[in-house]
Order: sequence, then C-alpha cells, then structure tokens
Amino acid sequence: MSTATLSWRQYRLERRMFWRNPAAAFFSFFLPLLFLFLFGAIFRDSQENLDIIVPGIAGLSVMATTFNALATQMTFLREQGVLKRIHGTPLPGGAYLAGIIGSAATNAVFQIAIVIVAARFVFNIGWPQNWPDLIVFTLLGITCFAAMGVAYSHVIPNFEAAPAYTNIVFLPMIFISSVFYDVDVLPKFLADIAEALPLIHVINGLKAGLVTGAPLSDQLSDLAVLAIWTVASVFFAIRGFSWTTRD
Amino acid sequence: MSQSAPAILVRDLHKSYGDHEAVAGVDFEVAAGEIFGLLGPNGAGKTTTVEILEGYRKRSGGIVSVLGFDPEQRPRALRERTGIVLQSCGLYRHIRVREAVAHWAGLYPHPRDVDEVLEITGLAERPNEPARSLSGGQRRRLDLALALIGDPDLIFLDEPTTGFDPAARREAWTTIRQLQELGKTVLLTTHYLDEAQALCDRVAIIKEGRILTEGPPATLSASAGRYRVAWRDEAGKLQEREEEDPTALLHQLTSAALARGAGIEEISVTRPSLEDIYLELTSDPVDEAV
Ligand SMILES: Nc1ncnc2c1ncn2[C@@H]1O[C@H](COP(=O)(O)OP(=O)(O)O)[C@@H](O)[C@H]1O
Ligand SMILES: [Mg+2]
Repeated sequence: MSTATLSWRQYRLERRMFWRNPAAAFFSFFLPLLFLFLFGAIFRDSQENLDIIVPGIAGLSVMATTFNALATQMTFLREQGVLKRIHGTPLPGGAYLAGIIGSAATNAVFQIAIVIVAARFVFNIGWPQNWPDLIVFTLLGITCFAAMGVAYSHVIPNFEAAPAYTNIVFLPMIFISSVFYDVDVLPKFLADIAEALPLIHVINGLKAGLVTGAPLSDQLSDLAVLAIWTVASVFFAIRGFSWTTRD
Repeated sequence: MSQSAPAILVRDLHKSYGDHEAVAGVDFEVAAGEIFGLLGPNGAGKTTTVEILEGYRKRSGGIVSVLGFDPEQRPRALRERTGIVLQSCGLYRHIRVREAVAHWAGLYPHPRDVDEVLEITGLAERPNEPARSLSGGQRRRLDLALALIGDPDLIFLDEPTTGFDPAARREAWTTIRQLQELGKTVLLTTHYLDEAQALCDRVAIIKEGRILTEGPPATLSASAGRYRVAWRDEAGKLQEREEEDPTALLHQLTSAALARGAGIEEISVTRPSLEDIYLELTSDPVDEAV
C-alpha cells in the first residue's frame, strides 16, 4: 500500500481517537474558542482591541492545537509504547507522523475557520481582508508549531510532566505575543523576547490576513523569523526522534 | 522452504549498556518452522536479544540474520514478514478490539482475515470492547492478534503468558502450537520452565547474557549426561550417586545384593529433569556454597 494511502488511514484513525476523548478534545479545541468569546465579550465596545484580540486568539489556537497537543500526545504515545509497537510494523514512520500531525493541523484549520466566521458575524471585522496572507501564515504557523511540539516532546520526561512542560512555554509566549493586547504596552526587553519567538509573527501575519489586509510583501520579516523557527524545529523534531523510551 | 537456511542466525552477539554487558557472546540458530525458546531468569538478557533481532536495539557486536536480513537496517520487507509481541506495550486509549486489529491489518500487504484472527485469539466475543477495559490476559491476546494479523512467517513472543492464570496459559499454548502447524517460525522468551518444555522444539537456557546449554527439552536433560541412582543400603541408609553410565554401579549393587541373598530396597535410576538442569544452571554459586 502506498505511503499516501497509509497516511490517510492513520489520519482517519487519529480523528476517530480524537473525538472519542472529549476531555482532550475540549482542551485543545474548545478552550481557545471560549477565550475568543470571553475576550470578545469584555472588549466588545472597542473595535481597536477586537482587531488585536481576534487575530491573537487565532494565533493562540494554532499554537494550542499543534504545539501543546503534539508535545503532550507524542509524550503519551512514546511512554505507552504505542510508538514502539507501530515501529515494529511495516508502516513507514513518515506516514504515521503525517497522520498524527495532519490530525492536529485539522484542528488548527477548524479553529481558524471558526475565528473567520466569528470575525464576520460577531466582531464586526468582516470577511478576511487578504486571503493569501491568511493561508500562508496559517500553514506556516501550523508547520512551525507542529514541528516544535514534536521536537519539544523529546525533552519531556514523562506524560505526567507534559502539561507543566508545555504550559511553561505556552503561557508566557501567549502573554507577551500580542494575543490579548498590543505588543507596544510591553517593556522593551519583553517585546524583544516576543519578537524573537515565533508566535507574534504568526499573529502579525494572521492580523494582516484577517484585519488590515496588508500585502504579503509587508510581512517579509515575519516570514523570515518563522522560516528560521520552522527549519530549526523540523531539524530537532527529526534528529531527536525516538520510538522508544530507552535504547 | 529450504531447510538449510535458518530463519534466525545469531553469532557471537554482544550488547552493552554503558559498562554493563547485558549480552555477552550469544550464538544460536532457529530453523524455519521451529518453536525456539530463550529460557532464563529476569535480567538474563532475553529481551535485549529479542529486541536486537526485532530491530529495536543496536547490537554492540556480532552477526545477526533474520529471514536473511540484518534487522538493524530495519528493511520493510522484513517487518512485513515478522509479527512482534513485546514484553510490555500499550495501545491507543480509545481504540476498540476489532478496530485495532482491522487497522493493523491495513498495514500489511497480505493480512489474514480479521474475524478469523479474533477467533483464534479468543477475542471474537467482544469485538467492540475498548482495548483499555480488557483484562491483562485479554490485552495480551490482543497483542498476539496484532502480531498475527499480518500473516507473518516469523513471530517473536517476549514473555507471552506472564501474568496469565493456568487455564489462559494453556489456551495461549494451543494458539502458539497452531502457528507451528501453519508453518510459522516462533522465537519466544519465557522464565517458565513448563512453558519451554510444553511448547519448544529447542530451548536455550540463558543467564547473565550467556547461553549455558541448548537443545530439545528432552535431550537437554539427557545431554547433562548423568543418571542418578538411588537406593537403600544394608545399613538402611539412603544412598545416591550420579553416573555417566550407571551399568557398572548397577551390576555391582545387584551382584552384592544377590550374594547377600537380599533384595535392594528403594532402588531407582532417574535422569535429571529439565527443571533440575535449569535450577542447577541458573542458581547463584553463592547459594550453592551455602
Ligand atoms: N535500555 C537499557 N538500558 C540499560 N540497561 C538495560 C536496558 N535494558 C536492559 N538492561 C539491563 O540488561 C540486563 C538484561 O535485561 P533484559 O534483556 O531486559 O533481560 P530479560 O528480558 O532476560 O529479563 C538487565 O541487567 C537490565 O537491567
Ligand atoms: Mg525481558
């Protein structure tokens, strides 16, 4: 059977498994949406704030559904020996990972779609101003954070530790990356840190796509930083990958 | 299949973890169609050896060939022809029994029928049971089902029945024997002597990374060579002697008894059982000194 067919079968299994676990589905899927509506309610009178928060939540959702979900899930699959068992079958490792990452990417795309609809009908922002921006940054954000999640799972010692390990990255990153307020309000050193991290650049790009409509050519520096993070993450995701807990 | 090409060939296999040499020069061969057992206490190096043959671990030295492949290269053609039951290994939390077996079937080029495999592994009754709610023994049977679904030529079983109750073990043995009837080759590890004796065509007893003795369970005892002759002497004391060949001793005993005009009380000539051999080989020298 071809690798594409095997990836597709694995993807479908992952989707079924995802929906059979309502708690996990809630955390990686509905929680960001809850954020969207809570912050939307708080800032409903300030269009300026909504213009920041809506793309901010879109970026947060991309990170939560890929980075957080995959770092946790890969740790679980490794610890439980599922990866080891899979590794003993003829399934190519790439097809397996494609299924898992594809499933995470699906959640991210769903959420972006919901944000788009909410932007139009709830937050008065209208339909996306620049689709190419939106598509490019959604896909690049997914790739970058998915690879980061897989790479990060290599340093998480066990499943119990996974939430702590992911939140220590996720929470500070969302607080300084212009998710809830403009980056201008941050002290300079925090703003500098944020600029060095990937999330703010995903959000800049999504903001251009959803709100301002700035052309892709205005986002080159965001693209450049994201490209560096993506290449490094893919490198470490592959290099450190282990199918078993110990040699 | 040619009898000359062994399914598994292991020559001078070594594996170290840091300073610790877990496998220290192991040699054996498994013929196609054979059930071969690695028997030894915990920590003997069974899992290390088997996982090297499965392609999970890298050997530190020696030659290994599995169905003609080097497992360390992890060729897909080899993985298509082997089925693996790991010593311990989990599964998706929310997968169901039949769903898991059907999914695994799709990973192989020529899988067996899903329902047939559920049948022979005794899982047909509850196909929609979530795997995580199975009992330990049932989960082990699911492990076996997932290893058999690809219709492999060679099956690795690392302690397949540990934790089973006696009835479940007998059922598992029947299933494993049926594999042999289908022409499969089986390499199993166990620390249960009766399991090795009941199932294996040949057994290698392994301890501290070395094979101590190897052969069919029946001749293993014989090849230890000795007969144990026991009798009660004229003084009424129980005597026991071990002999390579008991003929001379028996002759001596019987002629002396005849000369005395009395019978020999409680005479017996026995060969050590596999259990005796195993206990003798695997017991610590310290224990013996006591
Ligand atoms: N991944 C590992 N790292 C370090 N030591 C190991 C590892 N796996 C096994 N060992 C050690 O190697 C020896 C043999 O282990 P193992 O092959 O699991 O034996 P068995 O399966 O016969 O119980 C033991 O002393 C064990 O502690
Ligand atoms: Mg073991």
